[in-house]
Amino acid sequence: MWRDAALVGGKDLRVEWHSRVAAMQVAPYAVVVLLLFGFAFDQDHALLTQAAPGLFWVAVLLSSLLAVQRSYAIESSDGARDGLRLTGLDPAGIFLGKAAAVAAQLLLLEVLLGFGVVVLFGTRLHDPALLVVSALAATVGLAAAGTVYGMVASGLRVRETLLPMLILPVVAPVLLGATQCWMAALGSARTDGWKWLSLLAAFGAIYTALGVVSFSTLVEET
Amino acid sequence: MDQVIRFRSAVALAGRFPVLAGIDVDVALGDVVLVRGANGAGKTSLLRACAGLLRVVAGEATVLGCDLVADQRAVRRRVGLLGHQTGLYEEMTPAENLRFALRAARRPPAAAGPALEILGITGRLATTPVGSLSAGQRRRVAIASLVSRDPELWLLDEPHAGLDADHRDVLDRLIEGAAARGRTVVMASHETERVAPLARRTVTLSGGAVDASAEGARGGTVAVAATDAVVTGVA
Repeated sequence: MWRDAALVGGKDLRVEWHSRVAAMQVAPYAVVVLLLFGFAFDQDHALLTQAAPGLFWVAVLLSSLLAVQRSYAIESSDGARDGLRLTGLDPAGIFLGKAAAVAAQLLLLEVLLGFGVVVLFGTRLHDPALLVVSALAATVGLAAAGTVYGMVASGLRVRETLLPMLILPVVAPVLLGATQCWMAALGSARTDGWKWLSLLAAFGAIYTALGVVSFSTLVEET
Repeated sequence: MDQVIRFRSAVALAGRFPVLAGIDVDVALGDVVLVRGANGAGKTSLLRACAGLLRVVAGEATVLGCDLVADQRAVRRRVGLLGHQTGLYEEMTPAENLRFALRAARRPPAAAGPALEILGITGRLATTPVGSLSAGQRRRVAIASLVSRDPELWLLDEPHAGLDADHRDVLDRLIEGAAARGRTVVMASHETERVAPLARRTVTLSGGAVDASAEGARGGTVAVAATDAVVTGVA
């Protein structure tokens, strides 16, 4: 399973490296979203600083939709999905590989947006460990849930419009938990971020397990 | 002789439509079979079912000893399907596509180079993204992928489509070579004159089942093994 995961993850990242879609479309989209938030709250810089964690994670969330859609778009060209099924790779490995590739792209995006938040919103760091660990946990949850629901939507004609409707309500706990963790880490609210981290960890573990168990059925039936 | 394909009253559905409607087929180890039939007769569906891509919902279906009714995935790594679509990743180069397929099949990735060379995908072509190649060149990459894996069962759907004259000849030689190595080959094609000389026998499908009248079946049986196959010999 792990060998297959590494193979599929490497393949997805190689495709992205060649196509540059993540670098040329997803990242600029996320930066534009962040800039628009900055313009919207420009008159109240204190509010902007306080809301920065939530705005950051909304931008990441919206960008994750593009990353997940892209992850399945590369399987839809010229029978590539049938080609992948014919390889006989372990479906759990395919899930883990695709989720890992999405997670890797999101982590790079978060680093970029993190600099944007510091520069645009003037935030300060209080608890770097909490910030990093919560970002990792939230990213695992977003990638795992996105990969599961991306596969559900991929076989449907209305996948582009259906995917946000499927994913956004499901990942609401990630948005909530990650925002609370980051508010604590950035000192914009007096909340116990480490408690919220357990929510992120549980969400990531549940959707990773769900993907490993269910991906065989999803690959064959959707 | 060992049976590579054995279908008995096999039924497969596309939605609610039976694309295989109780088909009986036997193909022996090392056989080279041409599958004929009008559009919609079930040729592609038969090949996809043999590859484990189309679920058989009723009857018996065994390919390379794998029971497709119980587990359609088990056979996939042992077969190669050349379909209407190439199954390649457009953003990756031919060499990258083949190396990925070989690693997935637990084969040495070094087999990619010779296979691409046989199909004339060399130099700049081997390092150009597949999406930038012509339809014929993509087809050649797909054939190279099949050749590099050299699976036990070759399933070829309109294998000559899109190829120029030279590479049609190359493909013929590859099919002959596979048969000579004891591989089993099942081809679906409308180009009967081209493909028939490669095949040892012919199966005609109609309405998702073997056309007994076209096969000259005896006593109402439609089992292909019992039909008067068109024996044309191996070229």
